[in-house]
Amino acid sequence: MKTSNIPFMGMRKPVALLSIVLVVISLISLAVKGLEFGLDFTGGTLIEVGYQVAPELDQIRALLAENQYDDVVVQTFGANTDIVVRMANVYTPTLGDEVLAVLRSDTASVELLRSEFVGAQVGEELREQGGLGMLLALAIVMLYVAVRFQFKFSVASVAALAHDVIITLGIFSVLGFEFDLTVLAALLAVIGYSLNDTIVVCDRIRENFRIMREIEPVDLINESINQTLGRTLITSLTTIFVLLVLFFFGGEAIHNFAFALLIGVIIGTYSSVFVAANLLLAQKIEREDLVPTPKEEFEDEMP
Amino acid sequence: MLNKYPLWKYLLILFVLALGLLYALPNLYPDDPALQLSTQKATVSIDESVIKKAERALTKANIEFKASELTSNGATLRFNSGIDQLAAKPVVAAALGDNYVTALNLVPTTPDWLAAFGAGPAKLGLDLRGGVHFLLEVDTPAALAQRMEVASAEMKTLLRQQKVRYRKVNVDAGVLKIRFLQEAFLTRAETLLSDEFPEYIYSTQSQDGEFYLTASYSESAKAEIEAYALQQNLTTLRNRVNELGVAEPLVQRQGSNRIVVELPGVQDTAAAKRIIGATANLEFHLEAPLDADDVEVLTFRDGSGRTARLERDLIITGDSVSDANSSFDENGMPQVNISLDTKGGKQMAKVTRTAVGRNMAVVFIEHKSRSRFVEDENGKAQEIRQSYSEKGIISLATIQTTLGNAFRITGLDSSRESSELALLLRAGALAAPIYFVEERTVGPSLGAENIRLGVVSAQIGLLVVMLFMLVYYRVFGLFANVSLAINIVLLMACMSLLGATLTLPGIAGIVLTMGMAVDANVLIFSRIKEELASGLPTQQAIYSGFNRAFTTILDANITTLLVAVILFAVGTGSVKGFAVTLSLGIITSMFTAIVVTRAQANLVYGGRKDARLSI
Repeated sequence: MKTSNIPFMGMRKPVALLSIVLVVISLISLAVKGLEFGLDFTGGTLIEVGYQVAPELDQIRALLAENQYDDVVVQTFGANTDIVVRMANVYTPTLGDEVLAVLRSDTASVELLRSEFVGAQVGEELREQGGLGMLLALAIVMLYVAVRFQFKFSVASVAALAHDVIITLGIFSVLGFEFDLTVLAALLAVIGYSLNDTIVVCDRIRENFRIMREIEPVDLINESINQTLGRTLITSLTTIFVLLVLFFFGGEAIHNFAFALLIGVIIGTYSSVFVAANLLLAQKIEREDLVPTPKEEFEDEMP
Repeated sequence: MLNKYPLWKYLLILFVLALGLLYALPNLYPDDPALQLSTQKATVSIDESVIKKAERALTKANIEFKASELTSNGATLRFNSGIDQLAAKPVVAAALGDNYVTALNLVPTTPDWLAAFGAGPAKLGLDLRGGVHFLLEVDTPAALAQRMEVASAEMKTLLRQQKVRYRKVNVDAGVLKIRFLQEAFLTRAETLLSDEFPEYIYSTQSQDGEFYLTASYSESAKAEIEAYALQQNLTTLRNRVNELGVAEPLVQRQGSNRIVVELPGVQDTAAAKRIIGATANLEFHLEAPLDADDVEVLTFRDGSGRTARLERDLIITGDSVSDANSSFDENGMPQVNISLDTKGGKQMAKVTRTAVGRNMAVVFIEHKSRSRFVEDENGKAQEIRQSYSEKGIISLATIQTTLGNAFRITGLDSSRESSELALLLRAGALAAPIYFVEERTVGPSLGAENIRLGVVSAQIGLLVVMLFMLVYYRVFGLFANVSLAINIVLLMACMSLLGATLTLPGIAGIVLTMGMAVDANVLIFSRIKEELASGLPTQQAIYSGFNRAFTTILDANITTLLVAVILFAVGTGSVKGFAVTLSLGIITSMFTAIVVTRAQANLVYGGRKDARLSI
């Protein structure tokens, strides 16, 4: 395999513009439209039931309205025999069972697949905890990279991660996809994955600063990205393959989870090639930032 | 140079692999649907005769069963299918009667030789197995208020006995206030009460010639009462869950005032919820004579609209019940047989001795709560909870003779009500009301479907990744694939060994790990290719490819691991399962991608100076 020689850093201005535009659009959508929070975060009641034959949704809505359940959303969930009924903000401990009884009064063979109730208080706590976890993850990553690499690297990689998270959230906001606990888990996994990519690139940049002399930082970074490009693409490809499998075969319950990871991995790959390196240059990274640090020797621990 | 591992390294790898296989193997044996028989009574034991009885009933009902065995805490009947299992439950329950608890369960089929090593299948989460998860919040303010009400009555008695004259005692918003007309009484009351009730903080005020003594909880007393209420409720809930006969239930404290209850495999969730959340209790009152004034008028629960006037003083409550059983009376009506503890029995005897010929009422009390949402000034929905009690008379019967430790109650609606009442009396009442703040139920068919989907995606994912690696890296791709397969075996073995719970997002984590686990190998192989391209000899290229990729792999994986640990800390339930498989997968993949792949490369290419690499 021959190492490619694409002038990535030559494109860095238009690419930076693209990233900024995407982040701004995402932030605007998040501010204006917000996220379609799932039951985990809003609180409420939900039941999922299975029919033998696909029912008419309108008929179910009418049936529920007849029995004074007005504030309900009836949707199919994956297969068209799978129905989800969501009820917001009215709660008695037996609500789910009552609605199930109403549905069964019409079609006796209705099977309860899943029922969930989350109190408003718990929903709020989960939301807070999730946001806190996300910030904590970014902070710890920043610290680790600052210790293992150097402060400029840590700013660059954390900014790249924030970029990935914001755009993934933005896409969820624009498309109006449901944001629940599994999607939050996916976002944290995206942080982990994208960081993995960024670190591989940064590691090469650091190594090259040590062995290549008489070279401009721009060219050195460009060279490093090209050297790691093969690996970046192959790993992203295998990951995207398995995510596509999860997306298509994993079932409705992890559909949004797989989608979030898919988007995150694609953007994460892009950001580790363009965003992180770009931010290193913007901070005027140079040999002196890295060379004084003594090189860690890992040979002894080799298997 | 030649790349060679010393023999012990190969042996170590083989040893780890053998260990991994041993502990991962039980996951291939599917669980049997089963009925678990147990008993809550010390006097009743489960032996061969009980199993024989159940077996006879099954044969009579024409239900096939696979095997039966005695276990340390009861007996297990195994079935071939879930349908047989479901059909068998009512048959066995009816045959064995009230003294035994029959529960649906899944029992592992791990062969004895594997079980001898302590190997067993990974635990399945509720989303794969079906069952219910409850998060309950203990209403600690209510517990504090209850306690203060009781204390205020005791304080009144004390003040009366000591001839300290007070005007009024009232309890409001966690503050107890006593009004006096003379300062002398106030000072005496303060010394008296702070001696007798040291858990309160006292302060005095005077206003318009009247004197007030206020008492409120000290922080430590508050914490103590709250902790007690939580502990008491945990015990009660454990008793109730044990009565439900669920296999492997979880009742655990979470945070300062919450309790998690998980019941895997429970089918009738409505019943489980009714019993867990029930705050029902009994009270025994005498019917008031016509001229009494401190009376309470209650309605009968039979819906007839009849009422009775009862004395407010109670004889005993359900708390004095030491054992309770449901059965049927001579007319086939449901009844509950009650045994009282010594103290309760004495009290009952004392009261009834002088009341032969009068009527005694059994009152059923249920503490309930309503919750509704109102918008506060910021337009945010606020949950308002309101507690109330429902009281109704179950029976009113003439006392024929002095009652002792044992008697029976009739007048219940149905056998379901009588058996639930018996259960609640046995398990004890809750010390403070509880609320359901979260509930998740997964039906058994959805659980099975989730397992199927998870397994299918894992298989396809594995196939796709392996094909890609083989085509792209050829022989080295094969090395990577062998490592990947071993990685999955080790991951499953770790899950089983650690007793970690596998959930649907957990399976997704395994699938994701497959995609990411090859990353380390991709890094190494790209390095080797680069070194070859820069003109290094083969053996040198392999050596430096592995060496130079190592730091990168370590850095990249440690950061991902950090994030996975955070995910574990903030996540709940099924999300935690994802964090577990992700972090275990990262650790095992480091071993397989570096050590196992290196071993294969060394074995195949290591000894040949002029080898041409297929990479």
